[in-house]
Amino acid sequence: MVSGGVSKFAKARPDATFQKIVKESFDYAMNDVPKLKHSRIDGSVVSYFSDHFTRQLMAGIMATDYLGLCPKPNKRVEGGGATGGLCFQAGWEAVASGRMNVCVAFGFETMSHVPTWKGNEFIALASDVNFDYPVGGFYSGYYAMMVNRHMHEFGTTVEQLAMVSVKNHMNAYGNPYAQKRRKLTIADVRNSTMVAYPLTLLDICVMSDGAATCILADEETAFKLTDHPVKITGVGTGTDMMRMADRPHGEVILAPNEKKSDYRNLKYPGVHSFRAGRSAGLQAYKMAGITDPLKQLDFIELHDAYTSSEIQTYEDLALCKYGDGGKFVEAGCPFMPQIDYGMKLPMKGTLPVNPSGGLIACGHPVGATGLMQAVFAFWQIQGSIKKHYGNGELQLKKADRGLIHSHAGTGTYVTVSIMERGW
Amino acid sequence: MARKNPTNPPAESKKVEELMTGTTVFNIPLPADLKALKGMSPIVIKQPYHIDYIHSYGQDSPFFAGLSNGKLLGTMCGKCKYTYATPRLACAQCGRETKWVEIPQSGRVHTFTTCYFGGEEFLKETPFHLILVEFEGVDTLFLSRLIGPVGPEDIRIGMKVKAKFRRNSQLKPTDVYFVPSE
Repeated sequence: MVSGGVSKFAKARPDATFQKIVKESFDYAMNDVPKLKHSRIDGSVVSYFSDHFTRQLMAGIMATDYLGLCPKPNKRVEGGGATGGLCFQAGWEAVASGRMNVCVAFGFETMSHVPTWKGNEFIALASDVNFDYPVGGFYSGYYAMMVNRHMHEFGTTVEQLAMVSVKNHMNAYGNPYAQKRRKLTIADVRNSTMVAYPLTLLDICVMSDGAATCILADEETAFKLTDHPVKITGVGTGTDMMRMADRPHGEVILAPNEKKSDYRNLKYPGVHSFRAGRSAGLQAYKMAGITDPLKQLDFIELHDAYTSSEIQTYEDLALCKYGDGGKFVEAGCPFMPQIDYGMKLPMKGTLPVNPSGGLIACGHPVGATGLMQAVFAFWQIQGSIKKHYGNGELQLKKADRGLIHSHAGTGTYVTVSIMERGW
Repeated sequence: MARKNPTNPPAESKKVEELMTGTTVFNIPLPADLKALKGMSPIVIKQPYHIDYIHSYGQDSPFFAGLSNGKLLGTMCGKCKYTYATPRLACAQCGRETKWVEIPQSGRVHTFTTCYFGGEEFLKETPFHLILVEFEGVDTLFLSRLIGPVGPEDIRIGMKVKAKFRRNSQLKPTDVYFVPSE
């Protein structure tokens, strides 16, 4: 990866069509790598999640032609909430296969075109419309059911969920691209409006209008374009059954740092864990040579559509054992070392998760989200947070290797990519 | 739309309901100087979108016929015996074609939630309870509504529930719902 750009995420951008929002992120990325001439781009991959939000079929080509990337190759990639992560990997595939030397991966979503509750209906159409949607299709309801089971199985608490919200909103305070920058307490999160028990308004990400662009190149080309390219050293993609009621109750897929005896009585994945996330993580770890993610990673940008799914994902990514996600956040491990959260955190900063503020605070313009994570991770590894955010508050001292994680449905598609300092 | 919230939000966060009604405009004034156009506010219009689909339940149709006859029909793999509470005609474990079987009408709450909001179509029904039901001898769970309890404090994981059926079938999965049976 040689460059990236993100539009400022906002609740609504009536001033611009999706093409112009994409162009903002693309221009930013192009300006950050001045040696790259537009003519040297070999092709592109585009992602957006929902034709319902866009109300325009083949919107991908309209963004592509707006960027002046015709008649070069392009295709649309789509996979629910993981759309952006899949797009990032499709761009990587185009370069890794040798088909392209320079590939632009960009994504967008314009969710403000319908009221919030209509938007929730559209999102719920990404559940089985014969058996799930008509029962009361509502993604927050699905995730609430999952976390209630997680709490029952492992003793996770609502206060632990709230800590994730406090962390991500506070991190976003230093990120000018974020949609919501708020200083909160655990009590604020719990006293917020209940949406689907036990998840409150502040446990859940918001809808956004936004776009993100990543420019990927092969190693030789990358070093001609920038002195500080970031290398993609591992990719993994996992899947699971659309209806979460159909998930098996079998044996845990073990990470290298786990053993069978750790999980004698645990039925897996059930509805408390994401088998797709574990699968994607293990593939990416294997490819990148990671056996102890907690020690070998410097930071993570993961798909926190819900505070609960961030905790579930700590476990899928083997940062801690299944069931210990709540304790992991309570100890302070995923918090930023340099930020004051107004809480006692004994193990603060072990492995910062969502330094950017994540989906909960940055917003979740679905097709852009996974690419946004890649851009924020890219800047973090480059050490260029100060340049791009206008302040260095969120720059980690050591950020040589990061992980990005994009997640769809009730855990149906999950992508994990490992990014490392390339110079 | 009435919103039933268990907590009372602070006064400063209260706002009037966003409406989808508006005013019909037939023309927009334009400045003589075209250079001023880049400072123009965006024009936002309302676009209705309504479609009636001819939607077939296909090979899953017997499930809905079952509901209208007071039966819960799932499927079972003839080879590996894996049993699905929500039917699928191909076994996801071994790929074989499955057969229709009747599944029990009583089970236990595997997990639950109470939805105070929802997709627009279901907002008028809030708050409602969603549950995943587990049945003895069935390998997968079943998504349904739980009727009866007032709030989430009245529901617990492991609680016994039994199926009830709408008298006038709507040919939707909500033709069956569950009530506490303990």
